[in-house]
Amino acid sequence: MSKTELLVAALSRRRVNLSKGWYKFSRNPLSIFGLITLFLVILVAVLAPYITPYPEHAGAFTNLRESSQPPSLTHLFGTDTLGRDIFTRVIFGYRFSLLLAVVVLSLSIPPGVILGLIAGYYQGRWIEIAIMRITDIFLAVPPLVLALAITAMLSPNLFNQMMAISLMWWPWYCRLIYTVTASLRHEYFVYEGELIGASKTHILFKEILPNCIAPILTKMTLDMGFVIMVGASLSFIGLGVQPPKPGLGTMVADGAKRLPDEWWSAVFPAIAIVIVILAFNLIGDGLRDMFSVEEH
Amino acid sequence: MSRFIVLRLLHTIFVLFGLSLFIFFIARVMPGDPARVALGSLATEEQVQKLTEQMHLDKSFPVQYYSWLKSVLHGNLGKSLYTQRPVTTDLKEYLPATVELILFSFLISLVIGQVTGILAGYFRNSWFDGLSRLTSYVGVAIPPFAVAIFLLLIFSYILKFTPVVGRLSLTMNPPPQITGFFIIDGLIAGQLGIALEALKHILLPAASLAVAHIAQEGRITRSSIAENLQKDYVAAHSVYGIPRRSIIFKYLLKPSLIPTVSIMGLDFAFLISNAFLVEVVFMWPGFSRYAVTVMLNKDLNAIVAVVLVIGVAFAMVNVIVDIVIAFLDPRIRLRRREG
Repeated sequence: MSKTELLVAALSRRRVNLSKGWYKFSRNPLSIFGLITLFLVILVAVLAPYITPYPEHAGAFTNLRESSQPPSLTHLFGTDTLGRDIFTRVIFGYRFSLLLAVVVLSLSIPPGVILGLIAGYYQGRWIEIAIMRITDIFLAVPPLVLALAITAMLSPNLFNQMMAISLMWWPWYCRLIYTVTASLRHEYFVYEGELIGASKTHILFKEILPNCIAPILTKMTLDMGFVIMVGASLSFIGLGVQPPKPGLGTMVADGAKRLPDEWWSAVFPAIAIVIVILAFNLIGDGLRDMFSVEEH
Repeated sequence: MSRFIVLRLLHTIFVLFGLSLFIFFIARVMPGDPARVALGSLATEEQVQKLTEQMHLDKSFPVQYYSWLKSVLHGNLGKSLYTQRPVTTDLKEYLPATVELILFSFLISLVIGQVTGILAGYFRNSWFDGLSRLTSYVGVAIPPFAVAIFLLLIFSYILKFTPVVGRLSLTMNPPPQITGFFIIDGLIAGQLGIALEALKHILLPAASLAVAHIAQEGRITRSSIAENLQKDYVAAHSVYGIPRRSIIFKYLLKPSLIPTVSIMGLDFAFLISNAFLVEVVFMWPGFSRYAVTVMLNKDLNAIVAVVLVIGVAFAMVNVIVDIVIAFLDPRIRLRRREG
């Protein structure tokens, strides 16, 4: 087959697989539920200033006459000690969570994937050993612990939190892509590419990388939830979004101090965290099922 | 096998060395004068000067690292600037509480996770399977601190069934220290009341730690039981008339345990980092809460020590897991003997 024919064949195969994949994905009610939930969460987070009842409550706002109100029709999730509407703050809190997840993954996936490709391709060379041993060092301690330590040593805020988590996250992608690349290294299409003198960049990024998309996508979706959980955990300890900004973890920590009387100020932000993580997990599981069937 | 273990240990030493270099580097290059940060803005210039000399902060980085490494190898992790005591003393005091918590929660999750996993795998697609699947979805999506708060609210505040915080009631003295685990020490000393009180105190924190773990454990056991049930040898056993029950407990449990054991290293990592949050909620006087406190107070010596202790523990767990796996799975054992 000529190059164009090959390309057309590959493309059409991919398109067929996509619609087949979507069919498979849509047969799983849980994944669809996750997708709809996530869509709603993103929608309300983006439109937060326009749809929340008290957008001014998202920042430093005080109205002591309305402080510590239990949930009611005027304040769906109640109010905190400063009289701010918790429902409004939760919706704004989603913005920080989603921003964190997107920034961390876009900072950590590219370097992780590139290093994994290189290490997997140059097996047995010094560069593989160097990359993979450095990866081992980063994976020697749970990511939350090291992210905590680093954020604490820098000053605690959202930016440093993002940097610390990103620094902890790339090794997971490096190891994942290393494994995939190592298994593809001796496939014929890689040898053929080498034989006709394709450049290393072409082999790594045009031949091997497209075959890594499925595992990357699956892991990325699951990690969105995981990063949000780590971020909320850091904020809960006090090393993330700083007040008066409405971080979900920060709000739970704040409410936890006032248990059991003002239970709403801890419970609703906590449920909000669970919902967004659950949505990403359900979509991720759906993607995994979809890809795993396709591969076999 | 022994060659494999030696290689693993060498690799572990290398990784720990790298980790110490990394964390030490971060601790030294952070913005601001570490001595000033540690002492706070109220300290005099003289105090800062003294600490700078003590911690060799005036020397170059390799010199600093070398002298630090030398004292660590002699069992001296430096002095905590927050508690004003040697870090090793702090660790000795706080570690047992966390180890007790983690072991207890591990036990809970292993038992419940295995049982639900086996039942769900055996009665696949039944209502029980569906229910346990749904629960496990939620279980892995709840952050540990949220679990802790929900449990605290329900069992301590509403049902008043468990105590709210700590390892023992304030009026009680801890049992004489032998293992450092209050439940076991209380039993050894014959102080049943204390052992019982300690048990009551550990229930909620351990359960909070266990939730995510149970969910994962159950899922993995379910799928491996379900997978192994399809295997030919199970069909053969049935044909020979071996009762279902002994097929499950005698022949299925062991191969189904392998995936569970092989992720135990990861489980441990999750438990120890989740303990950071759970201990804060329950004011559990353990290692993880100590770690959080020193981190919030920028106590450099203690932070480096805490991270290294976790690194060492994590590495040890992984080596043990590798050895156990080799004993559970003869194929891996043989492959390693050859390799």
